[in-house]
Amino acid sequence: MFLAFAAPNILLIAAFSYRPLISNIYYSTLNWTLGAPTAKKVGFGNYVDFFTSPDAGRILGTTAVFSVATVGGSMALGLMIALALNRRVKGAGLARAAVFSPFVLSGVGVGLVWLFIFDPTVGALGSILRGLGASSPQWFNDPTLSLVMVIIVYVWKNMGYAAVIYLAGLQSVSPDVLEAASIDGAGSTRKFFAITLPLLGPTTFFLLVTSILNSLQAFDLIRIMTPLGQGTTTLIYDAYLQAFGGYNRAGYSAAVSTILFALLVVLTLLQLTFLERRVHYR
Amino acid sequence: MSAVAQDAGLGRGPSRQRPLSARNLATTVATGYVPLVLATLVVVLPLLWMVFSSFKSPSELVTQDLVVFPHSLAPTNYHDAARTVPFPRLFLNSAIVTLVGAGLKVVLAIFTAYALVFVRFPFKRVVFGAILVTLMVPPQVSLLPNYVLISGLGGNDTYWGLILPGLGTGFGTFLLRQQFMQLPGSTIEAAEIDGAGHWRRLWRVVVPISLPSIATVALVNIVFEWNDYLWPLVIVSEPRMMTLPVGLTLLRNSESGAASYGILMAGTVCVLVPVLVVFATLQRHIVTGLTQGAVKD
Repeated sequence: MFLAFAAPNILLIAAFSYRPLISNIYYSTLNWTLGAPTAKKVGFGNYVDFFTSPDAGRILGTTAVFSVATVGGSMALGLMIALALNRRVKGAGLARAAVFSPFVLSGVGVGLVWLFIFDPTVGALGSILRGLGASSPQWFNDPTLSLVMVIIVYVWKNMGYAAVIYLAGLQSVSPDVLEAASIDGAGSTRKFFAITLPLLGPTTFFLLVTSILNSLQAFDLIRIMTPLGQGTTTLIYDAYLQAFGGYNRAGYSAAVSTILFALLVVLTLLQLTFLERRVHYR
Repeated sequence: MSAVAQDAGLGRGPSRQRPLSARNLATTVATGYVPLVLATLVVVLPLLWMVFSSFKSPSELVTQDLVVFPHSLAPTNYHDAARTVPFPRLFLNSAIVTLVGAGLKVVLAIFTAYALVFVRFPFKRVVFGAILVTLMVPPQVSLLPNYVLISGLGGNDTYWGLILPGLGTGFGTFLLRQQFMQLPGSTIEAAEIDGAGHWRRLWRVVVPISLPSIATVALVNIVFEWNDYLWPLVIVSEPRMMTLPVGLTLLRNSESGAASYGILMAGTVCVLVPVLVVFATLQRHIVTGLTQGAVKD
């Protein structure tokens, strides 16, 4: 009876989530082009190629910069927005909905909207900068600026999620503790750093881990804003480009995917270990 | 840590009002209103810009000056977008994939969650653990093997090829299992004593009282399927089988030059506005559903 109810879902998960993990490891030992009937076994060759080529440093570096900047940016802005929302001023509900809304929007659509805004010749940002007497940065041609651009848009899209989670955390901070501190003469800055922030520990930790995992999987914005991956080739985007982007190195792509998956597993295990110990519990 | 994000609603809990003084008012404005107005503008203005621009003529777009409002509201760009890419057809494809995909996922989640909570089985915890792990396997990692499999079965440019690999559902199962575990045991037992089998108990008792949670799961899945990009991008190559996000990519590739932004924005409006409308109406459910992952047992 149990199986009758649960089997369809379990079979689908086995076929399309678990089987691929194993296939990927097998594919990663092949020198193979997608669609080709034959492939050559190369053992760990693809991994050796990745780590000994200049790719490794560049791609891992881009991935690290992208993750740190997007996670830091969306959490810092999310916390600031949450603090403002927590003052419960009139219209805060509307602001909460507005700020959260980009999180549910298609990354492709959002990417196009911002591509138009960032366009150095006809974009709104350029017009504003020219109005101020400056000139528009070359967002599309300079790889560093392209990465900055995608990071900004990613933060814009995800800060509302962090804000809503932080808001829930803030609402469980007891007003009594804060009031007691006020009576003891603590100013609002002191109260924030000595009471609110430590009490938000579990929330911060949860957000940190989920945000890092999500940022490692960012694809839509990168694909639509910088199709060639100029300056924005993260691990996941490299895996895509190698198999489907004209490089025709499916085995190599599987190796990159496997490296990415290993990274995700390590992060998840870290989360499970540290969640129990390092975090302040109420 | 329980129920961190169970309800991120506002205006709950004890709020202590201090006497309203000029100083308090100034603080409230500076720390409450100003950041919120700024944040709201930062989010809303780009979206308004998209809508305005979708009605602008090339001469209003290709200009160094900032033209805010379009001269006319003639849907020229929408017609042009539909000429380059078969937009009505893509809209239909997206709707089919979203409704069938999300619908099947909800049904699968209901069945699995019911089995996990109400049916006796020796390895339930192991099964649940194995389903949960999939929440951590990103679809990107399974992309290549799933492509090889589905493509080998002839699933390129088909609806089933678009829908099938994404059907296994960890998120919905997780959420509905939590909901089902909170149901009063007496109600279920009463139905059992009345001789109702699992099938009847599921549809007559469990589903009706869990409708709000089921609706939340459905909404989140609908939004997810509508926006889904990576899989449709690789499995579909014929324009008539594309979903909207993939069609936008095609539109971007085929329309170049500054004047084409109006057409691009028209296409983008077709993708974003339906979700914005759904979100505006059912905001509370969607936010709860999407932040429920923050709830740890």
